[in-house]
Amino acid sequence: MKYLKNVASLEVDIDACTGCGVCIEVCPHNVLAVEKRKVVILDKDRCMECGACAGNCAFGALRVDKGVGCAAALINSIISGGEPSCDCSGSNKSACC
Amino acid sequence: MAELKFIKPELNKRTSACCGPAESMLQYANESSVSASLPVLKKNRKAYVTGSLMTDTGAVPVISTDITRSDYWEHVKCRASAFRNTYTIDPGLYAVGSPDKNSDVLVSANYKLSFDALRKALKGISAWILALDTKGINVWCAAGKGTFGTDELIRRISITKLDKVVSHRKIIVPQLGAPGISAHKVLKASGFRVCYGPVRAEDIGPYIASEYMATGEMRTVTFPFIDRLILTPMEINPAMKKYYPWFALITLAVFGLQPGGIFFRGALFGGLPFLLLGLISIFAGALVTPALLPFIPFRSFAVKGWITGMLLVIFSAGFAEIFNQVNTILLIFTYLFFPLASSYIALQFTGSTTFTGMSGVKKELRIGIPLYIGGLILSGLLLSAYKLQQWGVL
Repeated sequence: MKYLKNVASLEVDIDACTGCGVCIEVCPHNVLAVEKRKVVILDKDRCMECGACAGNCAFGALRVDKGVGCAAALINSIISGGEPSCDCSGSNKSACC
Repeated sequence: MAELKFIKPELNKRTSACCGPAESMLQYANESSVSASLPVLKKNRKAYVTGSLMTDTGAVPVISTDITRSDYWEHVKCRASAFRNTYTIDPGLYAVGSPDKNSDVLVSANYKLSFDALRKALKGISAWILALDTKGINVWCAAGKGTFGTDELIRRISITKLDKVVSHRKIIVPQLGAPGISAHKVLKASGFRVCYGPVRAEDIGPYIASEYMATGEMRTVTFPFIDRLILTPMEINPAMKKYYPWFALITLAVFGLQPGGIFFRGALFGGLPFLLLGLISIFAGALVTPALLPFIPFRSFAVKGWITGMLLVIFSAGFAEIFNQVNTILLIFTYLFFPLASSYIALQFTGSTTFTGMSGVKKELRIGIPLYIGGLILSGLLLSAYKLQQWGVL
């Protein structure tokens, strides 16, 4: 199953990449591969922008607008003007002081 | 020395979740004091704790790998209701089997459903479980929100004095926790090396047995029919609670409101087909669309939901006409409003899937929201026109 075409914000900085392969390990959708000691994007449309690759790259070679792909969260943020937040964590959102 | 028992009495209180020293989450007492606390300790709660294990840093609760019938019943409740928001365990260190200083440390969330999946998968394995305080949210969602994150992991390692419990410096983090964790930062701050384990808890056994090698399959997220279906109650519930009462009220008012007053008979007989169509569009958007997701054409969830809604409305319209004389305005309203409602509800399912990203949802909303608002206004105008026509004004 793939989501919309050509929307994912995933970008690679080839120069920064050392080919260590951590990003491939953490990617849940097999988006990336290492070819000739550099990371390549196999299929951008499979990317769900979870941010695991970018967050675990010690060399800053990956960039992605990390965020929840959740309509409810984004609608909430439009209405409240705040950060996208689902109501799936329910009332306990305010449990944090 | 009397055997130590784990007695923290309240399971689901989340008062200590954030404010104050959550670090005092584990309380131990001698056998003799257990009875004093028992009135609060409800039967079956904490049933998964079978004893305790002494370590250099104190006692660690030992947990069972058996999922009991009451656990399963809780899982059903959790999937179906707001109970999911309070289905937590205490964060901290737990023992499975009889782990020692060389045993693996597996990181999890303090959501009981996640915790149960993990302990069930550890049958016959001795290991430590480090449950992070994710405010009762599962690993993947919490990683997205950052509560299953680098800071909490480092903090929890330090609170539990993990470096004294085990002699090695390796922790196994579920792969789906990776969006919240920066492995290199954890290593720098705590000295522990993060190894990303498989996506699914059930693969933990084979992963450990194969010397910590996760296959490509273990690393890839899927979204099979049954997983999609399990998530639908949480789509149906909010739609029924948030939208349906308003829809029902307006429908009954439109059909009940006559020049001579409000008529119950008119409300019921005129409104009934539309009340049913309302239910059908919730059914189409919140159940049929998620269940048949890969088989409905187009990638956009809004379009998928609209198609499902339209097909079901066409299918049911004949039935609706039994109650209602065919009225052009009402017919236009029916084909405009109900597929759009289904589309909107289906779009909400993007929050439950394993593959939708934020940029895509934003694009859907950018196009969708003006259409939804426009459709809603037009629907209102059509209903008003119907009333005016009925009253002989038009």
